[in-house]
Amino acid sequence: MTDHTPVLRLEDIVKTFPGVRALDGVSFNVLPGEVHALMGENGAGKSTLMKVLGGILQPNEGRIFIEEEPTVMTTPVQAKAKGVVFIHQELSLADELTVAENIFLGELPLKSFGRVDWGTLYDDTNAILKQLNVGFDAKTRVGDLSIANQQMVEIARALTVDPKAVIFDEPTASLTDAEKVVLFDVISGLQSKGVGIIYISHRMEEIFKITDRISVLRDGQYRGTLNTRETNEEEVTHLMIGRKLDLSRNESHHELGDVALEVRGLSCGKLFQDVSFNVRRGEVLGFYGLVGAGRTEIAETLFGLRDPSAGQILLNGQEVRIKSPIEAIGHGISLVPEDRKGQGLVLGMNCRDNMTLPQVDDLTAGPFVSDGAEIAIFDQYRDKLDIRTPGWRQTVGNLSGGNQQKIVIGKWLSMRPEVLIVDEPTRGIDVGSKSEIHNLIRDLAAQGFAVIVISSEMPEVLHVSDRIVAMYSGRVMREFTSDEVTEDSLIQAISGITGDKVA
Amino acid sequence: MSKETLFKQGAIWAFIVVELIFFSVAGSYLSVSDSAFMDFDNMLLLLKQSAPIGIIALGMTIIMINGNIDLSVGATYALAAIVLLDSMTWPFMQAMGDWAIPLAWFFALLTGTVLGAINGLIVWKTGVDAFIVTLGSMLGYRGLVFMYNGEQPTSHLNWTLVDFAEAQFLGLHTATWFLLVAALILWLVMTKTVHGRNAYAIGNNREAAVNAGIRVGPHFLWNFMLIGFLAALSAVVFYSESGSVNPNDGMLYELWAITAVVLGGTKLSGGYGSIISTLGGVIAIQLLRKGLGHIGADTETVNLVIGLILIAVLFLDRQLNRTGKEELKI
Repeated sequence: MTDHTPVLRLEDIVKTFPGVRALDGVSFNVLPGEVHALMGENGAGKSTLMKVLGGILQPNEGRIFIEEEPTVMTTPVQAKAKGVVFIHQELSLADELTVAENIFLGELPLKSFGRVDWGTLYDDTNAILKQLNVGFDAKTRVGDLSIANQQMVEIARALTVDPKAVIFDEPTASLTDAEKVVLFDVISGLQSKGVGIIYISHRMEEIFKITDRISVLRDGQYRGTLNTRETNEEEVTHLMIGRKLDLSRNESHHELGDVALEVRGLSCGKLFQDVSFNVRRGEVLGFYGLVGAGRTEIAETLFGLRDPSAGQILLNGQEVRIKSPIEAIGHGISLVPEDRKGQGLVLGMNCRDNMTLPQVDDLTAGPFVSDGAEIAIFDQYRDKLDIRTPGWRQTVGNLSGGNQQKIVIGKWLSMRPEVLIVDEPTRGIDVGSKSEIHNLIRDLAAQGFAVIVISSEMPEVLHVSDRIVAMYSGRVMREFTSDEVTEDSLIQAISGITGDKVA
Repeated sequence: MSKETLFKQGAIWAFIVVELIFFSVAGSYLSVSDSAFMDFDNMLLLLKQSAPIGIIALGMTIIMINGNIDLSVGATYALAAIVLLDSMTWPFMQAMGDWAIPLAWFFALLTGTVLGAINGLIVWKTGVDAFIVTLGSMLGYRGLVFMYNGEQPTSHLNWTLVDFAEAQFLGLHTATWFLLVAALILWLVMTKTVHGRNAYAIGNNREAAVNAGIRVGPHFLWNFMLIGFLAALSAVVFYSESGSVNPNDGMLYELWAITAVVLGGTKLSGGYGSIISTLGGVIAIQLLRKGLGHIGADTETVNLVIGLILIAVLFLDRQLNRTGKEELKI
C-alpha cells in the first residue's frame, strides 16, 4: 500500500494545555483504504489528537496534510468540508430532534424561502439508514432511541458526505454484537471506496480483526506503528505501557480486620443488577470494568446519591438504608468522586476551606467559623498526605492534579470514615504523582480503613488491590484475589466472556 | 404524531376546556353579572385582550427554544408605543395626513427591531448570558422611555387609526387577526424552515450544533430582532386603539409572556416547545383572569391563583418526565 499517497498525514503535532504537554511531536499517516488503529492508555493523548484532526482543537506546532496538501482546520465544519469526518465517542446529538435532522445537522437540504426540503431529507436519511440496517426510520425522535441506536445515528453522519478520512472514537463501546457486524460492514464499505479510517478502541480482538496497521501513543508521544499482521497483543501492549507489562500486583498484605461493608444483591434499575461483594478493614477492593459497566453507579448508590431498587447494604454486619450523602457520611462512608474538578472540589476556594467543607458546620466558635480549628485540620492532613502547596490560602484550582486529589482525600479522611470509596483516583494525574497516590491508598488500608478503588486502568487496579471485582454491563462477572488474577482472565471477565480459561 | 407528543401538546388545550367548564358552571352560581361566561362576544373580546401579551409570547417561545431569554420586551413595547404615538405629532408627519399612519407604524416596528438587534449583538459578540444582557437592557430601555417624556404620558389619538384597530373582520377584532397571523407565520418558520430547525438544535444541544457547523451567533441575532419586532408589533396593535402610553406601560409583560410560554410546555432550558402551545398558554392565562373576574375575584387573587397554577403545572411536568427511580439525586 505504500505506493499510495496518504490521505492524511500528521507531522510533529504538539499540543499543550496549561501544565501538560498533551501531544509531544506526534507524526503518523493514514493510507487510502486502510484501517489504522490508534491505541494508547487512557490519557495517552488519543482524544486530543483526534480533536486536533477534527478541527476542534488547534495544534501549537506541527502540520497536517490532507492528500499531501498542508491544511489548517479551525472548525469541525472545515474539517468535514475537507473530507475528515469525526464520529464522536460521546454522543453529540440533539435528542428532541428527529434522526434525519440530527444526521444532516447543519446541512439540512433547502428549498425556496429557506424552507427545509423534508422529502429529500427523509429519502436521503432512509437510504443511509438502510445501509446501516437499523430498525428505526428517519422520523424517529433521537431521544426515544437506545444508546446503541443513538451511536448508529452518530455513525450515519459519516455517510452523508464523500469523506477522505473517517475517525471512529470507540464506536463499539455501546453496541451489541449484531450491531458491531453492521458497523464493520460499513467500515469495509468505506475502505473499498478508498477512504482512510482511523479506529480508536481498547478492544484488542476488534483491533486485530479489522485493522491493517496500529499506531501507539504513550504519554502524548508517538511510540511507533506496527503492521497488524506481523504483531501480537503482547507487542502492542508493550508499546502502550512502555514496560514489559508492569502488571506488578500488590504483594504486601496486611492483617485484615472484620468485614466493614457488605453488599448483597444490590440493584438499581437498568444501571446494575444483583451486585454482591464485601470489603474488610485494611483491605483494598478494586473494581475494574469498561466505562458504563456500572461501577460508578454502585459507588453513588453506596453514597446515597441513588436509590437502589433491590438489595441490602450492611455496615459492620448491620443493615443500613442510605438515602442521602449526609447519611452516608454519618455512617462513615466517604466518596472521592470520579470528576475531581467538577464533583470533588470547589475550585475557586482555598485549600483549607475545601478540606473542611463537609464539617464546617461543627467548626464554629460562637456564631462564626473557627479559623484556628480549620487551619489545624488542614495542617494535620497537609503533613500526613504530603500536600505541596504554598499555604492554605492557595486557591485549589492552581494546584497540580495530584495535590488536588490529595486535598479531596484529606477532606474525607478528616471525617474519619470507615469505608473510603475512591473513583478513578489518578485520572488526569501525571505519572509521578500516580504512584504517590497509589502508595497513599495502600497506606490508608494499612491503617485500617476499608478502601474501594474504582479504576479503568488495569495496572492501577492490579497495583493497589487485594481483591478485584470485574464488572460487565451492570453485573459482577468474577472476583479475583491478587494472587490468582491474570491480565487475560481480567480482560475476559470485563468483556463479558465467562469461560474460565486458566492462564 | 406519537401518543406522547399528542398528550404533551394537547395538555394545554385540555386545561383550557377544563377552565371553560369550570367558569361556566361556577359562573352560573357566583357571577356578579347576568351574562353567561361562555358568551360569544365575551370570547371574542378575550382573544382580543390576549393579543398584546400573546404576540410577545410568540417571540419569547422562539427565544426560549433557542436557549435564551429576553427580559427587555416590556420596555421595548413601551418605547415602540411612544415612537408610534409621538411620531404622528411631528410636523412633517402631520402634513402627510393619514399617510402618516403606515410611516408611524414603520418607525415603531423599526425601533423594536433595532432594540432587539442590540440585545442579539451583545449576546452574540460578548458571549454574556442572555438573561444578564436583557436584564441590563430592560433597565436601559425603560430609562429611555422615561427620558422621552419624563413621568408624563405620551398621547395622540388618530381616529382613522382607532377605527382600524376597533374594526372586526369576519367577527374577529384587528388585534386578534394580528395575533393569529403572527402565530401562523411563526409556526411555519419554526417547523418548516432551516432557521427554525436550527434554532431547536441550538437550544437542544449547543455543542452538537456548533460541531455540525451551525453558526449560532447569527441565529441568536435574528431571533432577538424577531422578538423586538414582535414586541413593537404588539405595541402598534394595542396603542393604535388606546392612543395614550404611560411610561410604566408594559412592565412585567416579559414575565407574563414567559409564564404563557412555560405554561404552553416550552422548556426553559431550550430545544423543545411549540408556537401553537404558546397560543394555548396565552389563552389559558387570559381565561383565568377573565374567569376569576367573572366569579368575583379581585386582581390580587387572580395573580395568586395563576402563580400557584404555574408552579403546579411545572411540578406535574417534572413528575411525568422523570427518568425513573434510578436517576441521580441532587
